[in-house]
Amino acid sequence: MDRVTDTEIADPLAIPELAPGCMAASKPYPAAANHQTALGFPGELATDWHDMAIAKIGELREKYRSFRVYLDACVKCGACTDKCHYFLGTGDPKNMPVARQDLLRQVYRRHFTLAGKYLPWLVGAKDLTPEVLDDWYSYFHQCSQCRRCSVFCPYGIDTAEISMAGREIMDSIGKGQKYSNEILGKVMKIGNNLGLPKKALAATLSDLEDEVEEATGVRVEFPLDRKGVEVLLVSPSADYFAEPHIAGLIGYAKVFHQAGISWTISSHATEAANFGMFIGSYDVMRKVALRIREAALDLGVKRLVIGECGHAWRAAYSFLDTLAGPFDFLDRRHPVPQHICEFTYEQMQAGKLRFDKSKNDHVRLTFHDSCNVARGSRMGDRPGGQFDIPRAILRAACNHFFDMAPETIKESTLCCGGGGGLLTDELMAVRKAGAQPRMRALRQVAEDHGVTHMAAMCAICKAQFSSVLPHYGFDREAIVSVHQMVSNAIVLDGAKPPTDDAAGDEA
Amino acid sequence: MTAYVINGSSFEHDEEGYLKNLADWNKDLAEIIAKDEKIDLTAEHWEVVNFLREYYDEYQVAPAIRVLVKAMKKAFGAEKGDQKYLYQLFPYGPAKQACKIAGLPKPTGCV
Repeated sequence: MDRVTDTEIADPLAIPELAPGCMAASKPYPAAANHQTALGFPGELATDWHDMAIAKIGELREKYRSFRVYLDACVKCGACTDKCHYFLGTGDPKNMPVARQDLLRQVYRRHFTLAGKYLPWLVGAKDLTPEVLDDWYSYFHQCSQCRRCSVFCPYGIDTAEISMAGREIMDSIGKGQKYSNEILGKVMKIGNNLGLPKKALAATLSDLEDEVEEATGVRVEFPLDRKGVEVLLVSPSADYFAEPHIAGLIGYAKVFHQAGISWTISSHATEAANFGMFIGSYDVMRKVALRIREAALDLGVKRLVIGECGHAWRAAYSFLDTLAGPFDFLDRRHPVPQHICEFTYEQMQAGKLRFDKSKNDHVRLTFHDSCNVARGSRMGDRPGGQFDIPRAILRAACNHFFDMAPETIKESTLCCGGGGGLLTDELMAVRKAGAQPRMRALRQVAEDHGVTHMAAMCAICKAQFSSVLPHYGFDREAIVSVHQMVSNAIVLDGAKPPTDDAAGDEA
Repeated sequence: MTAYVINGSSFEHDEEGYLKNLADWNKDLAEIIAKDEKIDLTAEHWEVVNFLREYYDEYQVAPAIRVLVKAMKKAFGAEKGDQKYLYQLFPYGPAKQACKIAGLPKPTGCV
């Protein structure tokens, strides 16, 4: 367990020894032909892939001004070099954000700049060779699109958009990634990432109703496809399957119940996640987003609330209106869409929720800001609401809350290491390495304040930490949902007096 | 290796060892998959594997971990009804590793 000793003393942001090429062999499994064609991409690497890729770069350059600015503007100042958790965790210089961008920039310069066309050696321009394409496949799948580097870039260059473009180009020539593309196929066919059919969902929800009633004596409903209710809740499908995700779902249901606001889950839009964003495909992203609109119209709801999912919130908050709007049929007195934390906070402000904080006294808690919420969106009606609102909820539900080091949270938060379409087993080495800075920050707050648990509000963060926490000497169940803490502490009207084993989720 | 072989018959699997054709599954195959996962199947493992198969048969998807935990608790007692017990049996995670051995598709998504 030398790794654990290492985390006890280490600075989360310490710059590692360089290890050139050490992660070159890290590659995700390729998408099968049927996963590719279902999304409208070539089934396998096209014979004229080179020319197709260059044409695609040209197309993106015309379509997205940001893409062109990011590729043109970099002055190699070096501010981003030590800001990526994958670089900090692996030491591979190609995981420096500028180097990752340069994988694409070198080809862009070769074909789209005067100097690159005639004096390529002078400006670092290179041809798109099979070796370069190989590097793209490795290193654009070692970026979780968390945008930490862009916070420190004086020009605001967003590596996430470059890696999204890299993946979009690769998909368009038939070199897709299995994890994201297989999942997107399931969303199109069944309605969610898991491939969870309605019958299974209904059974799980009914089981949860029984469980909560047994624990509290109160029948809290988990409605499915109920028409004419106030709120449509769209959550990541992991909330119906995984731990600690489900514990968060129970928390949402208790909040709706106690606030007296009718709600439903839709079996058509069973997924808040939108992996179309990870692969940079506007068309795919739009198709996924339209399911939410269809469900909202079909069920006749007035409000749209999004569950705990990081990139889903970015997709919803930043893009939903242009992807699937206008949402003029919803009640515009409320934010459209609204985050579940925003919703819970609103009910707290209105005096509708009471918490018995002592129910969480076995927990000394910290909070992991999820990248897409922290840097890709906002929440509430004030700048920084995406940082303050979840913390206000956690402080209301727990007596013992401690933040991690300021340079590792909020706008500067470290990625969990599994975001952006990397949450797949064959990438476990890079996932573990990428989690290292966060794990070191957690180790520090555990040493300083006896912190035992870390809350998060993203399905990917929760699944990633469940996998990597044991590797860093923490308990697998040290990761909890924000609304799991709410679920433990919320006082339900008419609840029976608690017994020893009926306090809900332990952590 | 892209297939499991038993007595000269081969059964295709994907890159990660999940069976491509769910109908191929049988108990001998489960033993072979488990061996690749470095697991010796005991009666306790079979309790989980059998439950997963029954559930899949009914719902066409693997059960939520919570549902699995509760079912185990109900059928086999409190000491078998928690997540830690399932991870002892299937160190790489009850959802993924046990599904693989049970011949079911890998649960995908943010899990």
